Amino acid sequence: MSGAIPDSLNEQLSHQLSQVVGFIYPNEVETQWAILIVVYPYLTGIVAGAFILASLVKVFNVVEVQPIYRLALLTALSFMLVAGMPLQLHLGHPERAYEIFFTPQPTSAMAMFGFVYLWYLLGILLIEIWFEYRHQLVLMAQQSRGLLRGIYGALSLYSKDVSPEALAFDHKASKLITIVGIPSAFLLHGYVGFIFGSVKANPWWGSVLMPIVFLMSAIVSGIAMVMFLYILLSLVRNEKLDMRCLDKIGLFLLVAIIVDFTLEALDYIHRLYQSEESIGILTQLVSSKLFLSLVVVQLLLGMLLPLLILVLVRSVRFNEELRKLLYFTTSLLILVGIFSMRWNVVIGGQLYSKSLRGLMAYKMEITGIESLLTALALLALPFIILTVLFRLLPPRWMESHAPAAAN
Amino acid sequence: MNKREFLKDAILFFPAAATLQALAPAAEGKAEPAKTPADYDATKHWYGMGIDVDKCIGCNRCVEACKAENDVPDEPFFFRTWIERYQIHENGETRVECISTRAALPEQAPPEDPTVVRTFFVPKLCNQCAHPPCVQVCPVGATFQTQDGVVLVDEKRCIGCRYCIQACPYGARYLNPRTKTADKCTFCYHRVTEGLLPACVEVCPTEARIFGDLKGKADRLVRFHRVNQISVLKPDLNTEPKVLYAQLDGEVR
Repeated sequence: MSGAIPDSLNEQLSHQLSQVVGFIYPNEVETQWAILIVVYPYLTGIVAGAFILASLVKVFNVVEVQPIYRLALLTALSFMLVAGMPLQLHLGHPERAYEIFFTPQPTSAMAMFGFVYLWYLLGILLIEIWFEYRHQLVLMAQQSRGLLRGIYGALSLYSKDVSPEALAFDHKASKLITIVGIPSAFLLHGYVGFIFGSVKANPWWGSVLMPIVFLMSAIVSGIAMVMFLYILLSLVRNEKLDMRCLDKIGLFLLVAIIVDFTLEALDYIHRLYQSEESIGILTQLVSSKLFLSLVVVQLLLGMLLPLLILVLVRSVRFNEELRKLLYFTTSLLILVGIFSMRWNVVIGGQLYSKSLRGLMAYKMEITGIESLLTALALLALPFIILTVLFRLLPPRWMESHAPAAAN
Repeated sequence: MNKREFLKDAILFFPAAATLQALAPAAEGKAEPAKTPADYDATKHWYGMGIDVDKCIGCNRCVEACKAENDVPDEPFFFRTWIERYQIHENGETRVECISTRAALPEQAPPEDPTVVRTFFVPKLCNQCAHPPCVQVCPVGATFQTQDGVVLVDEKRCIGCRYCIQACPYGARYLNPRTKTADKCTFCYHRVTEGLLPACVEVCPTEARIFGDLKGKADRLVRFHRVNQISVLKPDLNTEPKVLYAQLDGEVR
């Protein structure tokens, strides 16, 4: 029977085969979940983290964070809209993806994730944003003309009522949705962790801590992303930052990193102490293939250095400019570090054989569907969507237009 | 297609065509799960395979037969079954190699290594677990267990998400690059439901592979199970494999 597999695949697999150390099962040469599956939990994590940051304002009345409430919500939406794309693109048969919704297998974590994703997008995020923006949308529809008037009218679902009672209802509704939204955000990303954590065949993934480690790292990455965007936007627009807000975000970030670090450290200590059958190969994996991405990037640069900076910022009274710079650096380091963490979980779990006797290699393609370029495009897309959303739904519009309109 | 391939296909095709023609009237109007013969009752069987490790000589014929029978891609990255060679050295070190990935068998026997105290071959394939983790994780139910205990993949339904490949502890699955769907050993389901043996069992010159029905009273596999000390791979994962190994060394995972 003729082989007839694509040359590029043959080349990639031949290369990966030549890099194998020790013994692996022959079907393990191919990296089943590649770069796109690294991007997917990264994006989902930012959604969950940004939403949880936003919910601090609504549910816990952390007034200092109010200035970034809308930014956080729109960030969550922008990343959410892209989060499903890497999954879709990586399928062997993307045209059959609808089967997950029409004939789901109840025992499959992946099938249930489809519903969690939809629930979060349609049931929480869009409705919360709608209630938050309804007042503004009604006013924008009134004040604009032509096509825009139509768009805003449609976006407001043709509601017109801006009476104090209606606005009070909006406020109440959005608070209620946030309350439901917090466990939903936890569910969303905890579930991503469960997809990996429930795989008993793979000891690097199969850990009961995985969902909660994913969740905490999601919160860290979401907060870091909003912080990064907040500082970036102020630079682009040449606006003054609300330092109280930034310091408060910094505090939450610090707490989240400490919890995240504790959980991850617990996971490693537990593994080392229990020292099960897989410990030998996993130690070899961490000290060779994952040394740079795990020890250097994820742990030192992505976690301990930001932790140190945030502790310094809180204990030494730096001036505003320096603090801004430090926060900016920290957020970037964290964003790179969490990406590295996703890489170490997803790719790392496929770099050692389930025979526990050897290590594989992963050679990332530059072009093609499952490639570096696609991954970069998917990572850039949320920022493009966010720019459009900012134009369409300016977060600060009410400050300049509403008082006049309301009178 | 060369002459040899033509003959091989013809040998399969003509009897198969005749059988199908004979069965066609009976099957008409009925749903056909996995094209089994009409009088076949899946609930009466529970298939398994015995592997007598001491009998395997590592000739790799089972692997070749499997690839030919099931149209498995030739490239050394896709296997429904494969052979591992274990070498136990004086110092206790174990070296393992998959001999099925070699481009060609060596023409000469390798020089004797005096430090090797024991060598043996282990055929591997899908364990057709009674409690299969791959079936559990499939998001669309494309991979399923038949009533006679065989785990199959419906290639018309599989979306190619590869979760089942990750969930298999034995590395028994791969993504078929032609169909872009998950693929694995089927115990040659198309053959066994016709009363034939799986291709790998059929060609094994030493009868190292014993195919059988664990529900059959006088079955060879039941006897194999009775007279040998049986091990399964990775029993701690509770997958309940139905590929039963006799004389299996503890080094094998």
